[in-house]
Amino acid sequence: MRPLVISEFSVVNSLGADRDAVAQALRSMRSGLAPCDFETVRLETSIGRVVALDELRVRADLAAYDCRNNRLAQLGLESGGFARAAAALREKYGAHRVGVFVGTSTSGVLETELAYRRRDPTSGALPADYRYRETQNTGSVADFVRRYLGLRGPAVVISSACSSSAKAFGNAARMIAAGVCDAAVVGGVDSLCLTTLHGFHSLELTSRAPCRPFDAERDGISIGEGAGFAIVEKPDARPARAEALLLGVGESSDAYHMSTPHPEGLGARTAMERALASAGLAASDVDYINLHGTATRTNDASEDRAVHDLFGARTPCSSTKGATGHLLGAAGITEAIVSILAIQGGFMPGSPGTRKVDASLKTGYLLETRSAPVRRVLSNSFGFGGSNCSLVLGTP
Amino acid sequence: MRAYVEGIAVLGPGLPGWEASRAVLAGTAPYRPGAAVVPPSELLPPAERRRTGLPVKLALAVGREAFLNAGRDAATTPTVFTASCGDGQNLHDMCESLASPEREVSPTRFHNSVHNAAAGYWGIATRSREASTSLCAYDASFGAGLLEAMAQVAVDGVPVALLAYDQPYPEPLHRARPIGGVFAAALVLAPERTHRAAAAIEVALEAEPASPTAMSDAELERARLTIPAARGLPLLAALARGAEATVVLDYLDGGRLRVAVEPCS
Repeated sequence: MRPLVISEFSVVNSLGADRDAVAQALRSMRSGLAPCDFETVRLETSIGRVVALDELRVRADLAAYDCRNNRLAQLGLESGGFARAAAALREKYGAHRVGVFVGTSTSGVLETELAYRRRDPTSGALPADYRYRETQNTGSVADFVRRYLGLRGPAVVISSACSSSAKAFGNAARMIAAGVCDAAVVGGVDSLCLTTLHGFHSLELTSRAPCRPFDAERDGISIGEGAGFAIVEKPDARPARAEALLLGVGESSDAYHMSTPHPEGLGARTAMERALASAGLAASDVDYINLHGTATRTNDASEDRAVHDLFGARTPCSSTKGATGHLLGAAGITEAIVSILAIQGGFMPGSPGTRKVDASLKTGYLLETRSAPVRRVLSNSFGFGGSNCSLVLGTP
Repeated sequence: MRAYVEGIAVLGPGLPGWEASRAVLAGTAPYRPGAAVVPPSELLPPAERRRTGLPVKLALAVGREAFLNAGRDAATTPTVFTASCGDGQNLHDMCESLASPEREVSPTRFHNSVHNAAAGYWGIATRSREASTSLCAYDASFGAGLLEAMAQVAVDGVPVALLAYDQPYPEPLHRARPIGGVFAAALVLAPERTHRAAAAIEVALEAEPASPTAMSDAELERARLTIPAARGLPLLAALARGAEATVVLDYLDGGRLRVAVEPCS
């Protein structure tokens, strides 16, 4: 693909409310995970929670959209200079020429979960204040972002579980290449809800302690919440700034199982190969790999195999989910931003929570943060339904 | 953006497949709405088939028909899935359970709750390792899917299948989000004209608001207006007529999709 310029980005999660706080936490291997105290959930697990969401309300003119997921989106849009940069983008290209492509897995389902506790005892009806379109609907967050930023171009939610917001970069790149829009706001937003906490628990995929990616004793994921946004533009449109380049996108499917990755990592490998081919790079051109690394037994084993098949043990790699938790539909863009922070800050983040790397895993897994020049990063995101996406990001 | 339509499928009330519905959609036979008959997913092994909900069955049914009509291999074709809602019955069951003291969620319910469940089962059923994207844009979901599929054909230069599907929620969700029936459609689109091509379509996103093309039959128009996936009906009708036509499809507020249809025969 022709590289795209990432001219602005923002990130919010349990590590902090802006890019500097998140970068500092990643470098110093601080974790945002803490014992689960979300809502009425009494599960023995750790979560990465954004505490500010409880008190926040969405902007008054969009009050109908108020729900935890859209509050989180608003926090992301207001972080750093993102909303200002988006306004400048609207001026530059025209509102109709800027697209919105946002990944989420559960949208505002928490509103529906809570509304089901308040059903009319006789009729079973949902409470009158329940708003389906603006909260529960999977498309809600793209609609919210489009209205929040006053954009009028194409807008859609990509919802393929944990690969959603990595794939959103692919959708944006195609729409720009096809001339449907000139620039795009790419995002990912996923917030805590009962569905994911109890759902992953039912699959015995949640860790009791904070998750330990690639550890011999890893026992599952820690669920987190977070938002990330990036502005992508064509290089010849002279973007105001160039934070990083989106060099390649690779997508594939496992065709294997709904909730278990292919044991040999065939789908993951195809996604990585396609991302490299899309960037016109060889494996040896990649300085660091930000792994999907969920800390389940099966994900880490299959991803390790796929990465080792392509990169051997030489390329340093790590998962940052021990710091952020698994942000599900927001994981892809969050880790794309982690990749940009690594490039800009000259470091490869270590893996909080991981004590001893599983001896059966063969990749060059980083336990500790390493300071080193980073020019190109491969970032992996794999989801339920066997949906895989790898991104290649690089220095401008 | 231009593409060649190689395979078409439809499934809805009184619309039991493309060939059987063509005359109705073309307006040369009367439309008799009835219950949509959704066949079991023959593509899936029995164990997986039992676990699937209605949207997966719908998507697999139209996907299978469109690929049979196109004579293409599903295993080597990327897909775009689009739906305004996921599995409504599954959402209802999960929320009921999560509102109860036990909060028991079954693993199958949980993995069926993802918006890309249909895409996941499609991959398993067809053994396709090609890329698949799963989209939602509320009432604009059909238009969003068509735009994405056209962009993939234009940019990647490969055939792509579009699968759009929606079904009503059970109560009490139905009252909050009424969807007027079960409907699904699929198109296999290709970048170049081959012997398989039935028509060429040219799709443009226009900033100017324009009234979407209406269906001449009142009942089909009701389906178009009340089922997001059925917003594509005017395109299917133009393809069924097999004559040159331009239709306007609903998209987001402040934008419409203009689709020019040129038959290939």
